Amino acid sequence: MAQSILIIGVGSPYRCDDSVGLAILKQLRQHELSNVHLMERSGEGSDIMDIWQSYNHVVLVDAVQSGAKPGTIHRIDANAEKVLTDFFHYSTHAFGVAEAVEMARMLDQLPKHLVIYGIEGKDFEIGKDMSPEIHSAAELVTIEIIKEIKSIKEKESLYA
Amino acid sequence: MSNSKTIKVDYLARVEGEGALFIKIKDNELTDCKLKIFEPPRFFEAFLQGRPFTEAPDITARICGICPIAYIMSSIHAMERILGIQIGGQLRELRRLIYCGEWIESHVLHVFMLHAPDFLGYQDAIQLAGDKPELVKMALRLKKAGNEIVRLLGGREIHPINNKVGGFYKVPDKADFAPLLEELKWAKEASIEAVKVANSLECPDFDQDYEFVALHHPDEYPFNEGRLISNTGLDIDIMDYENHFEEIHVEHSNALQSVHKGHGNYFVGPLARYNLNYNQLSDLTKQVAVDIGYDRQVTNPFQSIVVRSLETVYAIDEAIRIIENYEKPKKPALDYEIKPGIGWGCTEAPRGILYHRYEIDKKGTIKTAKIVPPTAQNQSRIEEDLSNFIPKYMDLSDEDLTWKCEQAVRNYDPCISCATHFLKLNIERE
Repeated sequence: MAQSILIIGVGSPYRCDDSVGLAILKQLRQHELSNVHLMERSGEGSDIMDIWQSYNHVVLVDAVQSGAKPGTIHRIDANAEKVLTDFFHYSTHAFGVAEAVEMARMLDQLPKHLVIYGIEGKDFEIGKDMSPEIHSAAELVTIEIIKEIKSIKEKESLYA
Repeated sequence: MSNSKTIKVDYLARVEGEGALFIKIKDNELTDCKLKIFEPPRFFEAFLQGRPFTEAPDITARICGICPIAYIMSSIHAMERILGIQIGGQLRELRRLIYCGEWIESHVLHVFMLHAPDFLGYQDAIQLAGDKPELVKMALRLKKAGNEIVRLLGGREIHPINNKVGGFYKVPDKADFAPLLEELKWAKEASIEAVKVANSLECPDFDQDYEFVALHHPDEYPFNEGRLISNTGLDIDIMDYENHFEEIHVEHSNALQSVHKGHGNYFVGPLARYNLNYNQLSDLTKQVAVDIGYDRQVTNPFQSIVVRSLETVYAIDEAIRIIENYEKPKKPALDYEIKPGIGWGCTEAPRGILYHRYEIDKKGTIKTAKIVPPTAQNQSRIEEDLSNFIPKYMDLSDEDLTWKCEQAVRNYDPCISCATHFLKLNIERE
């Protein structure tokens, strides 16, 4: 049986653009994706380190705030590059996504293939809906993740 | 000579959520110290109005990713008080068990991932993991044991969905607990080791005169139920909370600061619980406390890291007791009839008492909701700690002073995400 792929969507449903990771997972649920597990999480780091342990291929999507234009899509190959701890600035938890990645790297517990999509958010106020420019970014990232899944499956079958 | 400079420091890392701390120093004297917290849970209080009473647990659980059980439990108890139902027997025990899970998760996360690096001189837990990988792996496994309790009883570990007014949607079979029980037996030994590690950390000398406020129950260390007591003589039913405590709007913060009327600020959380409920701890926890000389009142907030570790031992010991005595209840929840009224719920979140009040109408629609998180209650006390603490360290560089202040704030494990989402730290010297 082919290895399952884990897609993690991080965010808070009540905190405006911070909900983009959850919105993308909702969109992915509309597609029929075999051997793909979708998990919504709040972004607490040690929890993330735990759930990805049994997967070789993990894609994580979250809102970020790096100063780029809202809606900018960042794609990080976490196996190849370090994730800056102030990148996920608005993660609700201080031991968040970036800390999870770097601690897992330190403890040699990083998934074999970990890709992170960060969507630049604009507004993180509680009680507001997602900004319009984030909606279109979310649609683009959904398409990218579907491509990502396809490419992983192709590679897996090549080496199967 | 006036030495004037302003330093802006990066946001205060390793505090749940974010807020702001502003410190002003003039001619080497502290002239101002403000902790700013921007977002009280007012959005949620408004959002709850007009919704069915049954939705309050799930909605308020979203306020915090670290302590959803506390929000679920405080809202459920408030609703059950309105409906006039009292959960007993195994259902009550299961509620204590899920609370054990949340304390284990939250305390271990705070002690090892957020607070211990301060004491050991590491910038963060990643550095700590580099130097002491086995310690960090032990902590992660301990925390996971807590997650597993919440997952088993809550349906999932983040934003649990299996709790409801009247009990649970589903209750586990006794056999479901078998693997967890084995892991908890490992966790019990590991948590005792964790206490020794915490106790080996060097704490600044900083005993303070506090009013500690916590729930108190004659027969058990408090999670869900009890009277609200303090070391200065308070002893009330939680329905009287608002007669004794009030929230004051302070100019520098959108969050409201709580005060005990006629007394001033107060301290909620592990230290308060421990000092007011030592006798209710399990024999094992007391023995571990005696072994490290903690069978006493603890008034140094930096030692909260040790008390949090002792409470972790207790939560694991209590979880084992509940699981070993578990018999599956015949029904997962009690029946009830909807009736209008006002109800109060106050439970011990990992960070301290979390107060909820609701008013519902005859159809069960929420008319008003009030939520007072533990961090809002500690905020004024944290400011006073800093005001007393900073003058001792005035000669430190701004970088080191910032670190000390962060460590002092983290004594309270402020879950600012319950109230806000951003904390910047500013030191201004004139």
